[in-house]
Amino acid sequence: MLKAIILIGGPMKGTRFRPLSLELPKPLFPVAGFPVIYHHIEACSKLSDLREIILIGFYQPNDALNKFISQSQVEFQVQIRYLQEYSGLGTAGGLYHFRDQIMTGGPEMFFVMNADVCGDFPLQDMLDSHRALPSSAICTVLATEATRQQSLTYGCIVENKDTHEILHYVEKPETFVSTTINCGIYLFTPEIFQPLEVAFKKNLEENYSFDYQVPSKEVIRLEQDVFLPMAATATLFVFHTSQFWSQIKSAGAAIYANRHYLAIYKRTHPERLTLNSEGKPKITGDVFIHPSAQVHPTAVLGPNVTIGRNVTVGEGVRVRESIILEGATLQDHCCILHSIIGWHSTVGFWTRVEGTPNDPNPNKPFAKLEIPSMFTEDGRLNPSITVIGSSVQVPSEVIILNSIVLPHKDLSGCYKNQIIL
Amino acid sequence: MKALILVGGYGTRLRPLTLSIPKPLVEFGNKPMLLHQLEALVDAGVKQIVLAVSYRAEQMEQQLKHVEEELGCKITISLESEPLGTAGPLALAREILSQDDEPFFVLNSDIICDFPFKDMIKFHKHHGKEGTIVVTKVDEPSKYGVVVYQPENGQIEKFVEKPLEYVSNKINAGMYIFTPSMLKRIQLRPTSIEKETFPEMAGDGNLFAMELQGFWMDVGQPKDFLTGMCLYLTSLKHRQPQTMHTGAGIVGNVLIDPSAKIGSNCRIGPNVTIGPGVVIEDGVCIKRCTVLRGAHIKSHSWLESCIIGWSCVVGNWVRMENVSVLGEDVIVKDELYINGGRILPHKSIGESVPDPQIIM
Repeated sequence: MLKAIILIGGPMKGTRFRPLSLELPKPLFPVAGFPVIYHHIEACSKLSDLREIILIGFYQPNDALNKFISQSQVEFQVQIRYLQEYSGLGTAGGLYHFRDQIMTGGPEMFFVMNADVCGDFPLQDMLDSHRALPSSAICTVLATEATRQQSLTYGCIVENKDTHEILHYVEKPETFVSTTINCGIYLFTPEIFQPLEVAFKKNLEENYSFDYQVPSKEVIRLEQDVFLPMAATATLFVFHTSQFWSQIKSAGAAIYANRHYLAIYKRTHPERLTLNSEGKPKITGDVFIHPSAQVHPTAVLGPNVTIGRNVTVGEGVRVRESIILEGATLQDHCCILHSIIGWHSTVGFWTRVEGTPNDPNPNKPFAKLEIPSMFTEDGRLNPSITVIGSSVQVPSEVIILNSIVLPHKDLSGCYKNQIIL
Repeated sequence: MKALILVGGYGTRLRPLTLSIPKPLVEFGNKPMLLHQLEALVDAGVKQIVLAVSYRAEQMEQQLKHVEEELGCKITISLESEPLGTAGPLALAREILSQDDEPFFVLNSDIICDFPFKDMIKFHKHHGKEGTIVVTKVDEPSKYGVVVYQPENGQIEKFVEKPLEYVSNKINAGMYIFTPSMLKRIQLRPTSIEKETFPEMAGDGNLFAMELQGFWMDVGQPKDFLTGMCLYLTSLKHRQPQTMHTGAGIVGNVLIDPSAKIGSNCRIGPNVTIGPGVVIEDGVCIKRCTVLRGAHIKSHSWLESCIIGWSCVVGNWVRMENVSVLGEDVIVKDELYINGGRILPHKSIGESVPDPQIIM
């Protein structure tokens, strides 16, 4: 039997996702109508032998997470548990800490998936491929291609082209190593706990200082502390995918993921995409509208739009390449482009809310989403997706361009290229 | 009586509109700018009007042919082969202007106000000297040339160009009435009436100032064109309230040509002028704008402080603001944002203009 582990991190992680992550843990942020980790869970649930999904992270117990877990259990008919780390233990620390829970029931193999990546994960193919590997194989790492320059911001893999054994692994190298990058999705056999134990104990020896003024770091990182020594020992292997994959670190990435997950629905869940029909809003491209949303028939939506639960879309509203979160109201004639409108916010009449996408360079094959820094060299805000936080009142007839608005703000005029606290 | 209107040249400050037609023919309040002045002059008894032009005389002549008949006056174009400044054109038109002893008007073509021509005649004949200048009060006199005069009788003492310290808040409003004998002072060469002729006339006590009542604006550039439009509409509301448009979705002073079509759920006004044949689709909000003949504004767009040129097409969900000006036949695609853009004629805009820019 199989298990899947999703590493969901904690509130200290995912700060680039603020202000959206101020109200809701990032893994629960809805992309294409469903939380990020819902898509992970859905992918796992397709595996026939999957018996349990374990979420590991260091969020305090909260209603949103509990509710999500109980709903998902019912929907996917699989046991889902949240194991809370006592403090952030790193991408490998949690695995080692909860090794007994993970091994309960004697799983043959288990997936480990990062919650801050999204994609069309080929889990069954990874499984089949791993089963065909030599018996020394402990881990298969899902990998994809990137451009030479962008590869420097990921974990780079050097492999034996014939056997797909990983010969060398470097996390975020300074100089070019390889265009093959780590996707943050792994398949392990229980033997992984041996190198994990070695890394854990080595870390304790080096860092446990009994100094109450300098807290010990019990962080073990899978990439730097475990994979590096495992390279070239015939235990670590790579599985290539060219299907959609992206990190989801910023609001811009959420919009990008939104677009790709909506596109995947055409194949996997066509019933989730809205079609054009008489007396209904005009739809272009892929659009998801929650059944409880009220959308005026003269609105024009899409492409790549998600309308959340209980959203109200007024007369003559235009929404394109955007996510409208639960309870928001878009008043008549407003225009929302490349933006995220937060929970229960209101956008006034004729108002224009516009952001700038950070899409991958279309001229470069394998180009990944750009992650530009927040500010330019001369201190100005880099144009990016406009994010309206939760419970924000955006007045009528204004323009909000390339700006980020924190929650519970009543705006009073136009804003461009600003962060509004 | 006679009048000379200083039309001048290229109207460069009102580009891109003046790339298509000469400035006096640009419609202000749904009527060519020149026509506002011509009608007021004819109403005050002027029978012959000379237009001092240095550019595009033929196009003006064409358009003005039927105006002569309608108004019952004679219009002559005086073409400067070289620019003669603001006084030189008077010398060029000397023969017509000195046909008799009656005083004649001289006007700047960019001026919009409640033209006080009848009062000017009375005032001028009362003091009996060579010249009367109309002055108006402004908020920022240091941007202009200030006129210093005796408050009892209006006799002008001097002019101060762009004073560094406060001198007076009255400036030259660009409207004059002269006795033909003053033409002796002007030669046929480039001459500035403000800098050369007036100081001379003031020096020998021959120049008087008459204060203008009511609004005044030099509408030679887009920002002032729009401000002037607001003042003009306020004045029109008082004088001829029946010309103002009222009804659902109309806010404040709005002038709409009867042949224009307005869609449902629009909000038009305050301070909007809509020309003949204009089509405004549903859900459009327009404030403080002039929309010229034949333009088409598509649904759910929002326009504030703009001039939309003849036959333009503005797409759906477009936002335009901050004195954007579209020249003739410009197409703005759907869902764009134009902030202070000046777009030259016949251009198709497919990308937003988020910061003030000229698009050629």
